[in-house]
Amino acid sequence: MKHGILMHESDDDVGVAVEDLKKGSKVGAVTLEGKAAGTIKLTQDVPLGHKVAMRDLAKDKPVIKYGRPVGKAVADIAKGAHVHVHNVKTQRWSV
Amino acid sequence: MMKPDKMKLTGYRRPDGRYGIRNHVIILPVDDISNAAANGVAALIKGTMALPHAYGRLQFGQDLELTFLTLAGTGRNPNIAAAIVIGIEPKWTQRIVDEIAKTGKPVAGFSIERYGDLRTIEMASRKAMEFVQYATELQREPFPVKKLLMSAKCGESDTTTGLASCPTVGRVFERLDAAGSTMIFGETTELTGGEDIIQARCVNAKVLGEFNRMFKDYTNLIVSQGVDLMGSQPTEGNIRGGLTTIEEKAMGNIQKIGRCKIQSALDPAVEPEGPGLHFMDSSSAAAEMITLAGAAGSVVHFFPTGQGNIIGNPIVPVIKISGNPLTVSTMSEHIDVDVTGVLRLEMTLDQAADAAMKVLESTINGRFTAAEALRHDEYVLTKLYRSA
Repeated sequence: MKHGILMHESDDDVGVAVEDLKKGSKVGAVTLEGKAAGTIKLTQDVPLGHKVAMRDLAKDKPVIKYGRPVGKAVADIAKGAHVHVHNVKTQRWSV
Repeated sequence: MMKPDKMKLTGYRRPDGRYGIRNHVIILPVDDISNAAANGVAALIKGTMALPHAYGRLQFGQDLELTFLTLAGTGRNPNIAAAIVIGIEPKWTQRIVDEIAKTGKPVAGFSIERYGDLRTIEMASRKAMEFVQYATELQREPFPVKKLLMSAKCGESDTTTGLASCPTVGRVFERLDAAGSTMIFGETTELTGGEDIIQARCVNAKVLGEFNRMFKDYTNLIVSQGVDLMGSQPTEGNIRGGLTTIEEKAMGNIQKIGRCKIQSALDPAVEPEGPGLHFMDSSSAAAEMITLAGAAGSVVHFFPTGQGNIIGNPIVPVIKISGNPLTVSTMSEHIDVDVTGVLRLEMTLDQAADAAMKVLESTINGRFTAAEALRHDEYVLTKLYRSA
């Protein structure tokens, strides 16, 4: 396997780790069609199936996956960081 | 690319013209207190299966109607050759019997009051024995793919379901749609964040209006509870698997319908009236949704899973598809179709769809799914509100 990150759309904010990724490693990202989508240096460990920030993401901005907003950042997120429930929340069903 | 018309499908032709892919004789309790008698008959007569459940007493209104529709629909399902219905009293028992009888298949009802469990079991067992001998004489015959009615819902999803297993089902559904088959999907709350995609696929304003009503009602129910749904929707398993929000989960879920149009928005357990893809208003809880799909006539089910939901159904064979390499290696006995190659880019979605169709074909022709072999017989009624 040459890639470690899969993307739904090449300009999504986040990609999916397709294996356990280690902090400090440089990992290639591709789309499902096999189109190269750059290389990212991991700033944190990211387990299989979890998301990696493909660029710096600003607090309160929507996070794009599938070419669509799938939540909003609740903290500034650095490129290469683990993106999950600690830094992204739903924009629906707010209580 | 495997064409649906090339699949060689065999099944049991029922008197109403529909085809089943299994040939069960079921012992169906109308209510919770009749489970013991139903189990008693199933223990005595080889080739029968009891479908115990938790409800059927003091329900009223829409909730009662859904229970009737689900129980009757289960008996009507083409995978059922014949049905014995057992209830505590004759009136509701007869309601279920009458609905099943409309399909023309053998059905008989027994009620326990004024006989007791033991005499009821004896009478029902004598009839069940007749039904089993009838059913075991039936032969499979070829049927065209346009007579196939199947369903899909995913479970314990993670990011791999959106990348691999759900789009695999989407590709198969596009092919079946073109071939004139009938498909059901649902999971109303799990469209949240992608509902605009569903709305855009509704074939006309009537379907759109019905979908919007169902979606709004379900959303209002959730909002009315005033709680954070994290941990429930998405589930803790979803979150462990890397899904962060309902919007992200919904986008994965929606991959299952491919580019199909939506022909109707069905109330729970209602049989679709024509070919193509139909939305059914339903929970995302796997056992509830597949039970409803079975009641609507689905004879086989595609179940993409990420983290490894182990669901099965007593009357509808459930085919598990997974693209998560950890799940496929640690829970291999539960997985029927391995699409981890999609994540490694060693398998295209069309190749994954071919693999899923091969398993679909063999399952239809009688091969047990993992869930069937493992006795995953989850039969769960959807309860809308408290009983009286």
